[in-house]
Amino acid sequence: MSQWLPIEEIAEKVRSGELKAVDLVNMALKTIEDKNEYNAIISTTKDRALQRAQQIDSGEKKGRLVGVPFIAKDNFLAFGAETTAGSNMLKGFVAPYQATAIEKLEAEGAICVAKANLDAFAHGSSTENSDFGVTHNPYDKTRVAGGSSGGSAAAVVLDMAPFALGSDTGGSIRLPASFCGCVGYKPTYGLVSRSGVVAMASSLDVIGPLARTVEDTALILDVLAGRDELDSTTIDRDPESYTILAPAKNLKIGVIKEYMGEGLDDGVKNQIEVSIAKLRNSGAEIIEISLPSLPLSLAVYYIICPAEVSSNLSRYDGVRYGHTDKSAKTVEENYIKSRGQGFGAENKRRIIIGTHVLSSGYYDAYYKTAQTVRTKLINEFNEAFKTVDFLIGPVTPNTAFEIGSHHNEPMLDYLTDIMTVAANLVGIPAISLPIGSVNGLPVGLQLMGKQHSDRQLLALAKQTEELSK
Amino acid sequence: MAQLTRDDIIRLASLARLDLSDEEITHFSVELSKILDYVEQLQGVDVTGLEPTSQVTGLLNVQRDDEIKSYGYDPIVLLENVPEVEDNQIKVRRVL
Repeated sequence: MSQWLPIEEIAEKVRSGELKAVDLVNMALKTIEDKNEYNAIISTTKDRALQRAQQIDSGEKKGRLVGVPFIAKDNFLAFGAETTAGSNMLKGFVAPYQATAIEKLEAEGAICVAKANLDAFAHGSSTENSDFGVTHNPYDKTRVAGGSSGGSAAAVVLDMAPFALGSDTGGSIRLPASFCGCVGYKPTYGLVSRSGVVAMASSLDVIGPLARTVEDTALILDVLAGRDELDSTTIDRDPESYTILAPAKNLKIGVIKEYMGEGLDDGVKNQIEVSIAKLRNSGAEIIEISLPSLPLSLAVYYIICPAEVSSNLSRYDGVRYGHTDKSAKTVEENYIKSRGQGFGAENKRRIIIGTHVLSSGYYDAYYKTAQTVRTKLINEFNEAFKTVDFLIGPVTPNTAFEIGSHHNEPMLDYLTDIMTVAANLVGIPAISLPIGSVNGLPVGLQLMGKQHSDRQLLALAKQTEELSK
Repeated sequence: MAQLTRDDIIRLASLARLDLSDEEITHFSVELSKILDYVEQLQGVDVTGLEPTSQVTGLLNVQRDDEIKSYGYDPIVLLENVPEVEDNQIKVRRVL
């Protein structure tokens, strides 16, 4: 049982005076301290959080999230707080401004209590690439929490806060949610502003909530969604609230053929099939859908993502902020050394691959080809959504793996994302729902909808969540 | 088979202004060749008549008024993360 009430109830009780924001913040901070051994948190924002809580308790108790503590992945800038992105490159960097997401949550009275661990610059599927140590899985400390938002997922499951923020470029919200056993939501590309979040691959990056229930997830999305003049890629939100979780009738759901075949763990497959059967029994029409280019999505991703990463990471030059090499004599030597010292192995791998696929003579063969196959993939999804309302399948082929088991095998780590990257390439919303466990380890179910179907997708997720109780 | 030699890695690192250790160069030439082998599978895909996708929102030419807005960020605070500052300016090493 969680120590946290549903988010809406917490806010109600703070408004009525039954609960004090200061007590809620202290409850979160105590849990963070008690469960320090999991290494889900890089730093707390204790002083700032308590100050905000006191202001709330002694003043006007306004806002839909008033007094509700939350944890942000450490690639979100929170004013005055250290923001490392899990990298030595940004160790000691104090955010001089604030992410729009945090700004919106705070405007509704929520309180950021801590910054969660992640793979450095969100490059990874396990948080093993964090320069601040690996996050341990709440169900088995010898296993990973998933990544890159592993700290956020573990923090929610360890009950440190009612919800957390994550970012998802190729599965970084859904994968750890699946490994740790919480809800992880990747919105339609552009629905939530990324201003003030450390950029990874800009045509793929989205940010979203991780929480214990679909209801909590929908409430947070409702606060976050919408256009932001500070992020010109943002799109119009649904005019209706994302918290309307009314189940739809006569739904047609497609089981993704390519995700249910070879390579999928039998235990995971069984759990997914049980969920599908429950949906069928509840009246949904279930059909098998094939997306023939889906097996290519990871190859497309591992060209486009490093290409954009190499471009985005070029801003870390050791001059304006971040790690700098003190010994360098010339400006160029300073760039080279600062970057060599500040970035970790996985960051460097992606910079080199990205530089290669964008370099003269290789651009067409790699980058342009990947972008064109991306179009093919988008067309296939669009076709599929003419036949079905939603797609269903696993989040990952396996449950959480053992810490260290992918050591020095970057391809093994990349393959963890094989079922999640497509939603980023296509820009569609996708959710990971905890539906059960195999050998004591959580299993996630993935639901995907067409672009802008976030509200309907969350309604289906709510229905699925109730069926799996 | 796409192979990246040690020399390729050194050239790419130089393009990316990235210092790599000798060990990293050796590792990367093996690891990155494996990654390139994996993405090779795209080479035979039929993409006749398809255009490349660079963004998925469909938004075009998002514009705003060209006016100065104050977000309240104090320049002194913004400069606090700069490794070297002189007279409120960012100091760089010798260029030439």
